Amino acid sequence: MQIRLDIKRQQSPDDKSYIQSIVYEYDDKSEVLSNALGNINKGGCKDTEGNDVSPLSWECSCLQKKCGACAMVIGGRPRLACDAKLSEFANEGFVTVEPLSKFPLIRDLSVDRSVMFDTLRRIRLWLETDAYDNDKVRDIAYESSGCLQCGCCLEVCPNFYVGGRFYGMAAGLPMSKIIAQSQKGNDKDIRQQYKKHFYSGCGKSLACRNICPAGLDADRVMASSNAAAVWKRNVYKKK
Amino acid sequence: MSIIIAGAGLAGLSAAITLAQAGRKCILVSAQPSERAQSVLAEGGINAALDNMGENDSVQEHYEDTVKGGVYIANRRAVKGLTDNAPKTVMWLSSLGVPFNRENGRLLQRPFGGQKKRRTAFAKSSTGKMIMTSLIDKARSFESEGLIKRYPHHEFLRLINDNGICKGMRIKDRISGKCASMYGTVLLACGGMNGMFPGHTTGTVHNTGDAAAAVFMQGAAFSSLEMIQYHPTTIGIPGKRCLVTEAARGEGGRLFVKRDNEPWYFMEEKYPVLKNLMPRDVVAREMFFARRETGSEVMLDMTGIPHKVWCERLPDLKKELMSYTGLDPEKEPINVHEGIHYFMGGILTNEHHRTSIENLYAAGEFTSLYHGANRLGGNSMLGAVYGGITAAEDILSLPQSSECEVVFEDAPSDEPYYEESRARFNDALCEILLDGMGIVRNEQQLDKALSALEELTPENDREKARVMLARASLMSAAERKESRGAHYREDYPQTDDEYKKLSVARTDGGRVHISFIDADKEDICR
Ligand SMILES: Cc1cc2nc3c(=O)[nH]c(=O)nc-3n(C[C@H](O)[C@H](O)[C@H](O)COP(=O)(O)OP(=O)(O)OC[C@H]3O[C@@H](n4cnc5c(N)ncnc54)[C@H](O)[C@@H]3O)c2cc1C
Ligand code: SF4
Ligand code: SF4
Ligand code: FES
Repeated sequence: MQIRLDIKRQQSPDDKSYIQSIVYEYDDKSEVLSNALGNINKGGCKDTEGNDVSPLSWECSCLQKKCGACAMVIGGRPRLACDAKLSEFANEGFVTVEPLSKFPLIRDLSVDRSVMFDTLRRIRLWLETDAYDNDKVRDIAYESSGCLQCGCCLEVCPNFYVGGRFYGMAAGLPMSKIIAQSQKGNDKDIRQQYKKHFYSGCGKSLACRNICPAGLDADRVMASSNAAAVWKRNVYKKK
Repeated sequence: MSIIIAGAGLAGLSAAITLAQAGRKCILVSAQPSERAQSVLAEGGINAALDNMGENDSVQEHYEDTVKGGVYIANRRAVKGLTDNAPKTVMWLSSLGVPFNRENGRLLQRPFGGQKKRRTAFAKSSTGKMIMTSLIDKARSFESEGLIKRYPHHEFLRLINDNGICKGMRIKDRISGKCASMYGTVLLACGGMNGMFPGHTTGTVHNTGDAAAAVFMQGAAFSSLEMIQYHPTTIGIPGKRCLVTEAARGEGGRLFVKRDNEPWYFMEEKYPVLKNLMPRDVVAREMFFARRETGSEVMLDMTGIPHKVWCERLPDLKKELMSYTGLDPEKEPINVHEGIHYFMGGILTNEHHRTSIENLYAAGEFTSLYHGANRLGGNSMLGAVYGGITAAEDILSLPQSSECEVVFEDAPSDEPYYEESRARFNDALCEILLDGMGIVRNEQQLDKALSALEELTPENDREKARVMLARASLMSAAERKESRGAHYREDYPQTDDEYKKLSVARTDGGRVHISFIDADKEDICR
């Protein structure tokens, strides 16, 4: 089997970008983009114009959808490279591979997602005391702890941009853990952050819903957080 | 001098938090943000004799299981500290907000290999991710107070040594390409050496092994390099081995091979007490032999696990298996194979996590402490968290000192990034290691591998260091002329008391020297 990868390349933010097309051969229908990028970087590969392909810059770590490192825009959609089966694009015969566009570019497919981590510091995302616990709290904490900080949801969100006051699902979801686990009377700060930087800015366009590669159930988590943070309901039955 | 931690997985984070809680500042360097560390992959759980399952468990039994599982070459003082403090450590994690599974308020515990009691606390099948999220949150609170300063896209390059004393370390910013020197006490927590086996481990490619190779070249003593844990149940996915957590067997999964067209449950027949939950080294080896004997593949039958257990305790595992194999593990058995999973070997430390180099500490999978010849499932997350805490506590006993200023040099350095290193060279090195250090080893294979190493042509310091670490690993395996834990020698199948010792490897940069020392020796690093 073979597929043409149209990869967006850019040496640095100051350089011009261009598309490099590489015909990639593979035998297994479970082959994924991350493996193709790894193989291309082993060297000896030519593009469709016969030029050598210099090492591609891209990020990965776990290669099994659990660390969020390899998020990029694949076939026009933000996804994890280690979860993008090449056989999905067999009909078209090609797939476009670009970096996430909302973050500052480092090189090729690598972007600087520092802003996501800075945001979590800014909203003071931590527990001030020991965690509150009951079945419902634990359920929400489990779901929202699963966020990979990959940035796919931010890429599609119409309301998120770097520097804006709306922080997107990548902050809203983790905040839900802290809202749920804060002791009674101890969650004022995080509730305010949630209202100001998530609830009030989220247009509920739902663009992010089917994007999350961790498959997190945002609706369920947000329903609880909205009730607790915005309507101040004691949804977690805290004593 | 200040305190610099390299590595921000469970061990690095636990150390940083412990220091910050005591009001001490530290620098936390990692090649990638904590969210990307291998620790997030851990699934099955973390051990502590909480005795929540009504089985009369005790810290003494946890200690005994760990020492026995490690086939009597783990430092017993260290294991005592680990197992005595395990309940406290797990309850601390719980107080930080780790959503461990509970019943009537008490943490549930599942059975794990090599342990007779249910001792493994868990958060469904994503325990590592859950623990990491809570630790990252806690660390973040100290970052805001200025107690923890992160350098989250910075690679550790090497130590700055002066007359055998560690004075700090060199780092490279993976974004700007610039280097800097940091001065202070160093704690290395860079994880296991997966990168020595690219594509063949269950871990992350980002634990490249380069940090280990660099400090080995710089004279640090390493130990137990021959002890590589092959996990019995992994499946091949593009670019790596994917773990099927031991919890799958803990919750009722059974291994079999087809023999004369009948399923043969070889583990149950050969080990009637612990059955499929024998220590990993035993299960992996029996799988190897069962395959060799019957010529058929080993299957893991999870069809007997109740639906409720899949939903409540193993939901992520089921999702993962369906997506990778296309099979429903509730309905049909899946083909599994042994895969490299954990490195018992690493830098040598004493029970306070001090290494052979003054002013250099180490914790987590980067070290060889706690697990001897075989690590019990659920003990490594414990070792990483408790180890980070213990190292930090020892560092707190050092005199307090001023903060270090980190100044990046103007020109980007031409030191290659790991990604730019020659993958083909790393692959060739890996093939040699695999040939010499499989599940079943012998002198001939090891000698052949050692000669093959000489044929490689390393081009830079990084590659030279990798070859040296590989040589030390093969030599450790060659010198241990017995079978113990993960190290099985066809030519020496018996366990021999003469080798009830740790193998220690050192180099002066040219030759490798292997010696065997008593694991309980005081001042083990001297
Ligand atoms: C799939 C899987 C499942 C597992 N399940 C379990 C389980 O159920 N129970 C259990 O107890 N154990 C389990 N383990 C083992 C356990 O997760 C690890 O041993 C443990 O998490 C190691 O923690 P650590 O802090 O030592 O290292 P890691 O989490 O690997 O962190 C290493 C850190 O070092 C950084 N780093 C690496 N190299 C450099 C460098 N050169 N410069 C700067 N930074 C660097 C990385 O970025 C990272 O921050 C599992 C492992 C795997 C792979
Ligand atoms: S629902 Fe829409 S506005 Fe809200 S976070 Fe998702 S994409 Fe953004
Ligand atoms: S919410 Fe989902 S898509 Fe968004 S950062 Fe987290 S894991 Fe990624
Ligand atoms: S490499 Fe970890 S999610 Fe793809």
